[in-house]
Amino acid sequence: MASLNLVQILNGLTFAALLFIVASGFTLIFGLLRIVNLAHGALYLFGGYVGYTVSGMSGSFALGILASMLAVACLGLFIDQGLLRFVRGFVLREVLLTLGVAFVLNDLALVIWGGDTFSVEVPAILRGAVHIGGTFYPKYRLFVLVLGIFTFIGLWLLLNRTRLGALIRAGVDDAEMVEAMGINIRRVFLATSMLGASLAGLGGTVGGAFLTLYPTADSEILVFSLAIVIIGGSGSLVGAAVGALLVGLLNTIGQVMFPELAYFVIFGPMAAILAFRPLGLFGRAT
Amino acid sequence: MLEVRNLHSFYGDAHVLHGVSLEVKAGEVVALLGRNGMGKTTLIRSIMRLAQPQMREGSLLWKGEELKHLTPHEVAKKRIALVPQGRRLFPSLTVVEHLTMLKPASAKHGWTVNRVLEMFPRLAERKNHRGNQLSGGERQMLAVGRSLMIDPELVLMDEPSEGLAPVMVQHLETIIADLGKTGLAILLVEQNLYSALSVASRIYVLETGKVVHAASVEEVKKDQAPLMRFLGVH
Repeated sequence: MASLNLVQILNGLTFAALLFIVASGFTLIFGLLRIVNLAHGALYLFGGYVGYTVSGMSGSFALGILASMLAVACLGLFIDQGLLRFVRGFVLREVLLTLGVAFVLNDLALVIWGGDTFSVEVPAILRGAVHIGGTFYPKYRLFVLVLGIFTFIGLWLLLNRTRLGALIRAGVDDAEMVEAMGINIRRVFLATSMLGASLAGLGGTVGGAFLTLYPTADSEILVFSLAIVIIGGSGSLVGAAVGALLVGLLNTIGQVMFPELAYFVIFGPMAAILAFRPLGLFGRAT
Repeated sequence: MLEVRNLHSFYGDAHVLHGVSLEVKAGEVVALLGRNGMGKTTLIRSIMRLAQPQMREGSLLWKGEELKHLTPHEVAKKRIALVPQGRRLFPSLTVVEHLTMLKPASAKHGWTVNRVLEMFPRLAERKNHRGNQLSGGERQMLAVGRSLMIDPELVLMDEPSEGLAPVMVQHLETIIADLGKTGLAILLVEQNLYSALSVASRIYVLETGKVVHAASVEEVKKDQAPLMRFLGVH
């Protein structure tokens, strides 16, 4: 049995940061719209491809990130207004519809980008390694860690320090009551679904630079996101952060120490948490 | 101001309201009495146009304008506010956030955060507590305060005294009476007859989805017998 070293812990943390970026969008949509958006993984991958193409053509990583967030936010808008509105309130139909969207998006990506593996070009400033605790660690992965932390802070401020954030939290608690107070909750939903989607897009481009982009990457990230939201509790930002840390670290520990049990190391504890806290660590009954 | 005419509402196939008609005039406190399960909450939800129940017949006129095709937020925009049964505060929001989610704290016109907190000093002391950290009475004060932030002309209050200690019920009666004096119209759903009589100027009694008795409070005070009969108090 191998033991953990600093590099592996950092790997776990940076992976957790990426997972948080993706899962925070997932949990926002899940918590507020009560929709298990199974297209979230496909949005991640699609965003990654868009980011890859735009950053490749423009030579700007930042532009790639912006384009992927914007493109996927538009997709989120279309899914909500163009498709989900027709099955509103029918949970099974909503879930199946998002699954269908996932298939369509993946096939569309296959048509446009083919089945090759791509890696988003990392900007020069983030290439190379830094010396940390007697070892070298890739700068880019540290950047992802910092980005994850900033995403958490940004979302926390948005949710806790703005009126839109208060409306989103109130909507998670009791959407009908928010509506009865004169707020068009549909608009809040739409803003949230675009924000959630854009986070998947951001994750796609950022993750595409170190996890690479390939046709089944979407389902892998989706399964991790689901685990995180289930562990953390739907709609909870702190829950998503704690869930992402747990899943990211357990995944690394699993791969290093019990490679043959890597998935069990994540889903075993998840099952245990569910047995004792069915709503997740930070979940609340509504 | 609010005129409900021949309202029929359904939960699925269950026909709950069978042609309810009633009226609330500007600045008037009207109590809606009735035992459990008689359709009082259904009526309030119908007026607010919430997704359930379904309204299949009748009309809801607000200053002569039909409300039945509006969504709940459009109804609220017409300055009809709801204090729902069970308070329904937001556990994730602090007391102040309940009040500022509609209007910025700096707002000057109509009901402001400061005006609500002056009215409910207890809430001012618990400004940063969350909705689920308040006592029953404080919760009800916040539910009332929150409804005022839309600057309503009519407030629909669904059993505000439910589950409150007698001293809180009295306090609430004072508040409702005070609000009534400011010219606010209130449709008060109440199971407690004496509470209703102390604040309202007219009453309706709802039984199995129908208005079976309507009277002014003076009439009731002269002769309580018909009212008692309808409420099943002998």
